[in-house]
Amino acid sequence: MHIVTPATGTAAGTPAGALHIMNAVKSFGANRAVDGVSFVAEAGKITGLIGPNGAGKTTLFNAIAGEGPIDSGSIELDAVHLEKLKPHRIFSTGLARTFQIPRPFARMTVLENVMLVPEEQAGEKFWNSWVQPGLVARQERANLDKARSIIEFCGLTPVERQLAGSISGGQQKLVELARALMADPKIILLDEPGAGVNPALLDTIVDRIVALNKQGITFLIIEHNMDLVMSLCDHIVVMATGKVIAEGNAASILADTRVVDAYLGGAHA
Amino acid sequence: MSSHLFEARDVVAGYRPDLPIIQGVSMHVDKAEMVTIIGPNGAGKSTMIKAIAGVLPISSGSVTLAGKDITHLPTHAMAASSIAYVPQTENVFTSLTINENLLLGASSMPKPKALEQVSKAYDKFPALKDYRDKKAKVLSGGQRQMLAVARALLTDPHLIMLDEPSAGLSPLMVSDVFARLRELVESGVSVLMVEQNAKAAMRVSHRTYVLAEGRNRVDGPSSALAEDPEVIAIYLGAGGRKR
Repeated sequence: MHIVTPATGTAAGTPAGALHIMNAVKSFGANRAVDGVSFVAEAGKITGLIGPNGAGKTTLFNAIAGEGPIDSGSIELDAVHLEKLKPHRIFSTGLARTFQIPRPFARMTVLENVMLVPEEQAGEKFWNSWVQPGLVARQERANLDKARSIIEFCGLTPVERQLAGSISGGQQKLVELARALMADPKIILLDEPGAGVNPALLDTIVDRIVALNKQGITFLIIEHNMDLVMSLCDHIVVMATGKVIAEGNAASILADTRVVDAYLGGAHA
Repeated sequence: MSSHLFEARDVVAGYRPDLPIIQGVSMHVDKAEMVTIIGPNGAGKSTMIKAIAGVLPISSGSVTLAGKDITHLPTHAMAASSIAYVPQTENVFTSLTINENLLLGASSMPKPKALEQVSKAYDKFPALKDYRDKKAKVLSGGQRQMLAVARALLTDPHLIMLDEPSAGLSPLMVSDVFARLRELVESGVSVLMVEQNAKAAMRVSHRTYVLAEGRNRVDGPSSALAEDPEVIAIYLGAGGRKR
C-alpha cells in the first residue's frame, strides 16, 4: 500500500529529506547539552542516533524540530535552514517527529487525532461552511479517506473510534506515526519508537518503517534497542556528553571501543 | 493464609467499574524472588500493578502481602506496608532537585534515618550525586528512571513493583539496572516488574507471567518460557530484527 507522497528532491527521482546538521550547540546554563554536533542524515536512508542517557540526543531532536532552538550552528533540510523557524513552519517544510513519551490528544479518538493534522483545512473557517460547503465536504472526505488508509497501514483500525488516552502505550506510538504520515513528510524523526512496545508490535512498527523508507521517506531514529538499530539503520551516529563520538555502519559501530565503553557495555560487544 | 510473600487472587480491576481491564488475574511472588510480567500492549500489565499499588480500584479478588490483606489499602498506606511502586512515566518531581526528590521518598522517617538512607541511595547510584542540587527536569529519561528506582528503595521495601524499568535506557544502563535489581533480590527483596524488554528481563528473573486481554495466559520459570514456541510466537516475535 502506498501511503504517502513525499516531495522528491530537485533532481528528478532523487529522494528528498537530507538533513544537514553543522556544528550545532545548545546549552542550558553552563551545561552544553549539544556541543558542536555535525552529521548528515542522507536522503532516502535510515539514520540511527544512539548514545548513553543524557548524551543530548533528545535535546538535538527538539532543536531540529524547533522546540528549543540551537544557540549556534546550522540545521538544513534540503538546503532550507530550519534553525530559526518555529515548529509549525518546520513541520510545513516536511519534517515530522514523534516523542519518546507519546503525546496524543487523550480525549480525542484515534481517528480525530490523525484527521486534525493537515494544515489550512477549509472547514477551520466557519464561513466556508456557507460559502464553499462543497469544498469543505470534499476536503473532509479526502482527509477521512487518507486518515483511514494510514490508520489501517498502522494497524490501528480496531481502535480508531477509541479515545487516544485509553489505548496502550505501544498503540499510542503508532498513533504518533500515523499523525506524522498525514503530513506527507520528507523526513520523520522517531524518538525511541521501540520503548514500551512489546516485541511483536515492534516487528509491526519496523515493517512499517521499512515500507515507508522504500516509498522515499528519510528517517532519523533515536533508539536503545540495538537489534532494531543494527538491523534497520543504514548509518549510525553515536553521541556522548553532547558530542558525536563515532559514526558509521553497524559493523564499524559494534567494533568501536569508544562506543562499547560509553554505551554498549558487554552485551553487544 | 497464603504461603507466598505476595499473592493476588482473581483480581478484577480497571479504570471504570463497568469496564474491567483485568478480568480475574492471579499471581504470586515469593521472598527474594524476581518475577516478570509480559504480554502484548493492551494486555493489562500496567493496570495490574497499578491496581495492586492502590492507584486503581480493585472491584473483586484479593491481594495479600505477608499474609495481610492489602486489597483496598489506599496508595499512601501501601508504602507503609513495605510495597514500593515505580510508575513507567512521570515518576519524579521535575521541579524539585534530585536531593529533594530523594528526601521526599524518605519523608516518613526520622530525619537522621532519612539522611542515612539518602546517603545510601547516592552510594548505590553515584551518577545521581553529580546532579544532587539540580532540578530533576534536567535529567534524561534514563536518569529519571534511576532516580525513581533509587527513591523507591529508600523505605527498604519487601516488594518493589516496577513498570518497565528499562524503557528508555541505554543497553549499558539496562544491564546496570537489572544487575542492581538482581542484587536487591539477593539481599532478600522481592521484585515484580512489567517489561517489554522481555528477553533481557526473562534472563534475570526467576519466573514470568504472560498476560493477554486481561487474563493469565501462561506462566512458569523464565528460562522455560523464553524457549516456549507459543510465547515466542504470540509475544517475543523477532524483537526488531528485520533486514
